[in-house]
Amino acid sequence: MKRKISLTINGKSYTDEVEPRLLLIHYLREVAGLTGPHIGCETSICGACTVMLDGRTVKSCTMFAVQADGRQVLTIEGLAANGKLDPVQEAFWNEHGLQCGFCTPGMILSTKQLLADNPNPTDREIRRGLEGNLCRCTGYQHIVNAVRAAGKAGA
Amino acid sequence: MATTISKPETLVGKSIRRREDPRLITGTAIYVDDIKMPGMHHASIVRSPHAAARIARINTEAALGHPGVVAVFTGADVKDLGAVPCAASLPGLRVPHHHLLAQDRVYYSGHPVAVVVATDRYVAADAASLVEVEYEPLAAVADPEKALAAGAPAVHPQWPDNTAFTFHQEGGDTGQAFRDAEIVVKQRITSQRLIPTAIETRGVVAEWRPGERTLTMFSSTQIPHLLRTLVAGILGMPENHLRVITPEVGGGFGSKLIYAEDALMCFIAKQIGKPVKWVESRRENFQCTTHGRGHVDYYELAAKRDGTMLGLKLKLIQDLGAYHQLLTPTIPTLSVLMMPGLYKFKSISADIVGAFTNCVPTDAYRGAGRPEATHGVERMVDMLAAELQMDPADIRLKNFVGKDDFPYATTTGLVYDSGDYAQPLHKAMAEVDYAGLRQEQAKARAAGKLMGIGLSTYGEICAIGPSAAMPAGGWESATVKIEPSGKVTVLTGASPHGQGEETTFAQIVADELGVDIDDVMVVHGDTAVVQYGIGTFGSRGTAVGGAALFYALQELKAKIKKFGAMLLGSDNVSLVGGSCVDDATGKSVSFAEMAVAAYHAKTLPSNTQPGLVATHFWEPPNFTFPFGAHIVVTDVDRDTGRIAIRRYVAVDDCGKIINPLLVAGQVHGGVAQGLGQALWEEAVYDDQGQLITGELTDYALPKASFMPLIESSHTETPSPVNPLGVKGVGEAGTIGCSPAVVNSVVDALSPLGVRHIDMPLTPEKIWKLIQQGGRA
Repeated sequence: MKRKISLTINGKSYTDEVEPRLLLIHYLREVAGLTGPHIGCETSICGACTVMLDGRTVKSCTMFAVQADGRQVLTIEGLAANGKLDPVQEAFWNEHGLQCGFCTPGMILSTKQLLADNPNPTDREIRRGLEGNLCRCTGYQHIVNAVRAAGKAGA
Repeated sequence: MATTISKPETLVGKSIRRREDPRLITGTAIYVDDIKMPGMHHASIVRSPHAAARIARINTEAALGHPGVVAVFTGADVKDLGAVPCAASLPGLRVPHHHLLAQDRVYYSGHPVAVVVATDRYVAADAASLVEVEYEPLAAVADPEKALAAGAPAVHPQWPDNTAFTFHQEGGDTGQAFRDAEIVVKQRITSQRLIPTAIETRGVVAEWRPGERTLTMFSSTQIPHLLRTLVAGILGMPENHLRVITPEVGGGFGSKLIYAEDALMCFIAKQIGKPVKWVESRRENFQCTTHGRGHVDYYELAAKRDGTMLGLKLKLIQDLGAYHQLLTPTIPTLSVLMMPGLYKFKSISADIVGAFTNCVPTDAYRGAGRPEATHGVERMVDMLAAELQMDPADIRLKNFVGKDDFPYATTTGLVYDSGDYAQPLHKAMAEVDYAGLRQEQAKARAAGKLMGIGLSTYGEICAIGPSAAMPAGGWESATVKIEPSGKVTVLTGASPHGQGEETTFAQIVADELGVDIDDVMVVHGDTAVVQYGIGTFGSRGTAVGGAALFYALQELKAKIKKFGAMLLGSDNVSLVGGSCVDDATGKSVSFAEMAVAAYHAKTLPSNTQPGLVATHFWEPPNFTFPFGAHIVVTDVDRDTGRIAIRRYVAVDDCGKIINPLLVAGQVHGGVAQGLGQALWEEAVYDDQGQLITGELTDYALPKASFMPLIESSHTETPSPVNPLGVKGVGEAGTIGCSPAVVNSVVDALSPLGVRHIDMPLTPEKIWKLIQQGGRA
């Protein structure tokens, strides 16, 4: 039986009837029509589906949409304010912190969380902090550079 | 007409941030799974849980009765369609008919058996579990050496020896080399199966338009045009009625060429008259997308006691899996070509046996045959150095092809284009203070510590390749158009999926035409828009596609000059900074003015057509041969077997560099995949052919915390093969990496008598070795 949920995604209100088993990632992509959060593994390993729920990162492939009822979701689409890129987005661009780009939305949101918790991380802390996000293209080095640069820019 | 001309700064050679990135960092890029169409249905594939079984019966009734299900397809529905193609043409190659869906038998765990189509992704998955398939399990074999042993279960009953092909290649006189040898080193070296693991899995959306009788397919592939030709062939439809679009592609690494699902979704879209989408799950990606490597190699190296290497013999057993995918049997032949490495071997002898196993097929994976060969050869060189008590750097320097020997013909029939192989080695040794490290190592050993210094000096075959060496052409194409407004559009037959050619190609165009880089648009991956192309693999995107672009630009420039000369009323004009200038008067006309003249065509230069478009199909005269040296310093923990990488120094020579930032990215990513193979990754099948490492939870993909800092630098030896002087860099890091890492760890453990360890060097394996005093 479907259940009614109301939530806010990137500042916009959504109300929908969903199956209780619908994963949040599928809600965001199939119902809300977003393209930023990606599906890479469905086992919470790769982190491509990372979004923020009430200001904390979650892997939206391992959470039901009904669990997001009444809550605030931020996806990569909501990060740039009024067309101005977030400093973390700028840093990923400047430092070539992405290649195919598939992991990037999750990687950027995890970076937001990492820098919120620790504004001045060491490289080791950056690498540990991004363990929940897999990238197959970059070898992570330019991602680490991007996170460091974003931290210095006060992101 | 203006008279002040300022030449813009040159962009080739500069680290420019990518023009692809704004869409990617904002989540607005469109990958296959982002495509939605009115009335779109979803497919879910029923796959065999057995590696080998007879299909006794399939009952689709319950699935068909499930609300929301519109169709279920099984092998019977597709038996008359063409097979998944293999492009290899080795003599005597046995090619099993690779139906789109299993017929009466399954050959590997994950083999597609049926497809359920429904209105919703969840419903399709629900109904897939309602398809009843009665299997009669058969004995399976998952190990290539066991498959070749007498009495092994036959993967394909018609070929009980499980041998798909044998292939022999010889150059020089190995018999003489081994008779002349003062020392022969022998070793069995494996290169384990790897799972390519692009973070975006494969996916297909297909749409049939009955009125036009056309099919449009969106597919996450590296080869849109070849895919169109091949899928049209499978379906028996006219190629020009099929349009393939590769939207954003989330990584490929060789694993996204052509699959049954591409043709299946096109077939289904036509059958149900609705668009259909299939997106692979990660488990399917691990089970059913091609794996890489899968070698068991037996090497013999003949040498003089002064370290001069004379000859190399190889018996190569390639684990092919159950079928041939597009390039499967050709991959080990690349290994043989690469056997001489950077050394002056006088003779080479190789025998390949391609073994069928009840596993998913192997095919290209970053490096494709070349990492396997480089790993083997670089390990053998180190073993020889150890036996002769020579320094591994000295033995390499002694045997390198000299910098004055180019073009250099190898015993495997290649002609190396250019190089100075000692240079990156010397540079890397200087960067790590090699002599100082060896002294430090001696002290560490005296204190009982396990410290290793490993190096590899690798070569590779890139810019793949001349058409004569390729199953379906090895050229690439480019069209450059100056639009009526003066803006520039490039259509490239290459199909970048993360490599960044939208940026590097725009850099080339900006320099050649003297236009602002923001006035250049690079378009790729749509067979209805772009002229035929070969695609992106084998480090060819820039080295072949970029060269095609360069030549198209020269043709276009010649045409522009005609319009400039006409407008300026002068025969002596030059192109400078986006304008055409009268050499005598200094007067100039802009691109926009010339473009208007060319498209309005009120008057035309003699023998000149309207418009400003040039297309060039470039056939490369040779491969390119990048090279480099990687040095890895490791510390091995005696108590845990854990390997810590203290330094990773990579000096790569990929010819001329167009964008250093992007080249660094390619090196880092390549090294990460090489390290993955060296230390962590392995596709493990059990004896029944079940993939034990079937999810990311069980397959150790490198994480950020696993990776050391990669100290990457370059030497720059231009290639004479193409006018850009570029050689290609996509695979270099992977090829140079694994032998340097393993050589380093073997060096660390050499006081225990260790001379070789097979990958991956897991802590468990290393700990056991240490516990057993170096005995495996």
